[in-house]
Amino acid sequence: MCFYSVKELIEEAEKRAVAISTVAKEMEAENQEVSLAEIEQRMLKQWLVMKEAAKAGLKEPKKSMGGLIGGEGKLLEEYRLKNRTLAGHMINKAVSRALAVAEVNASMGKIVAAPTAGSCGILPGVLLTVQEELCLSDEKIADGLFTASAFGIIIAQKASISGAEGGCQAECGAAGAMAGAALVELAGGTPSQAGEACAFVLKNILGLVCDPVAGLVEVPCAKRNAMGAALALVAADMALAGIKSVIPVDEVIEAMGEVGCALPESLRETAKGGLAATATGRMLAKRFLFQGETS
Amino acid sequence: MRNFSCFDILGPVMVGPSSSHTAGAVRLGRLARAIAGGLPKEVKILLHGSFSQTYRGHGTDLALIGGLLGFETDDVRIRDSFEIAKQQGLIFQLVPTNLGEGFHPNSVKFLITTVDGEKLSITGASVGGGNVVITHINDDEIELKGDLPALITTHRDIPGVISQVCGILAGHNINIAFMRVFRKEKRKLAHMVVETDEKVEPDVLEEILKIETVENVRAIEPV
Repeated sequence: MCFYSVKELIEEAEKRAVAISTVAKEMEAENQEVSLAEIEQRMLKQWLVMKEAAKAGLKEPKKSMGGLIGGEGKLLEEYRLKNRTLAGHMINKAVSRALAVAEVNASMGKIVAAPTAGSCGILPGVLLTVQEELCLSDEKIADGLFTASAFGIIIAQKASISGAEGGCQAECGAAGAMAGAALVELAGGTPSQAGEACAFVLKNILGLVCDPVAGLVEVPCAKRNAMGAALALVAADMALAGIKSVIPVDEVIEAMGEVGCALPESLRETAKGGLAATATGRMLAKRFLFQGETS
Repeated sequence: MRNFSCFDILGPVMVGPSSSHTAGAVRLGRLARAIAGGLPKEVKILLHGSFSQTYRGHGTDLALIGGLLGFETDDVRIRDSFEIAKQQGLIFQLVPTNLGEGFHPNSVKFLITTVDGEKLSITGASVGGGNVVITHINDDEIELKGDLPALITTHRDIPGVISQVCGILAGHNINIAFMRVFRKEKRKLAHMVVETDEKVEPDVLEEILKIETVENVRAIEPV
């Protein structure tokens, strides 16, 4: 069993009156020829690694390997706890956790590529937040990860989940879209509302380039994880409110793929354009390389 | 169209920051260890292309040494692999270099002295998403991806060697998944890379070594 469009996936879930996560789990068990329980156990393990990364990053932030980031997640968490924030409690909570995981990744800590290492903060960021806020079990969150991965599979098939192929929209964009869909299901929304949330996120990161300063997974990657988490929460709320995407989600995914192909090579992970090519970006790259050669 | 698994999308579990520059580098180190038959005595690692420029910020250097120590891609000890390598007595050196034209931007060359004193060079590349390929052993071209158990032979390029090796594998009910033969010159030394579905046990290797025209055979476990 496999699905090549979000439409097929939603139709299957609605026809059987089950959640998308149920369809995704069964598909995985069938394709891997193992029991449903084993598949669930494997996803639970991925979730526990994600959760551990978020907690470690908040508690004991480490400087990144390139030295460009570190401690921002904790900074936002402390601000959130002391202040009445502008964007609100939940968004800031998710963003601080997304930042924390991205920092763990950049300091050689253990993470789950979701879908990539560069975008690994978004799903744990939002899912840990809804787990705490909605009092959900780890098993329930693992279900959300199945829903997220079902959307991720379709994005990978119809477009891309690689920054070198499709820019950051394919990494943080895909992660945000997957997270939006998972949030809708976890909050009790319908399969088609999950599809709308996926569409909203992708529409709003369409064209986002991959332009890592000095070629490192640090700047602007961590902050794009932050914004990806915020987008996922807002998109899920919009979908749960009943707002629909005028452009169907499958067409949005296809557009994302086409935009990715149209991006010049300089904006696809080569560190030759965008923020990497700014005066500061170039200066940081030079300083970094110089250190590398002499020490 | 490729069918993805949920765990292709949510995974692998790895030590950051980069699947190509960190996880792939660990796997290259593990393959070099497997080809060398264990932790080498001494290694000089030449870093090429993007590896030579951004290795420190991606922890590529720590990851390569971690791989040589036999660590998995999600082992948090990778961060401390230089210290651990020193404790285990590995003499190592990393040198940014240019291997020349025709090498993938994420290439690395290991110049190894094994504990038995054998000198060995192994070249490979991290080709994206944690996937890797070993491209040369002792500057002879090969292709080894490390996803399956594999055999690498060094044999004389004369008729019949390949069928003898295949015959022995068949006799032990080992299925060949992929196989390629490489040589520089006709009738001189050649290499065979045989990737199998089942693990190749030491007794099978001994049997292959008994073939008169086979000079050497290495069994490589998947990484």
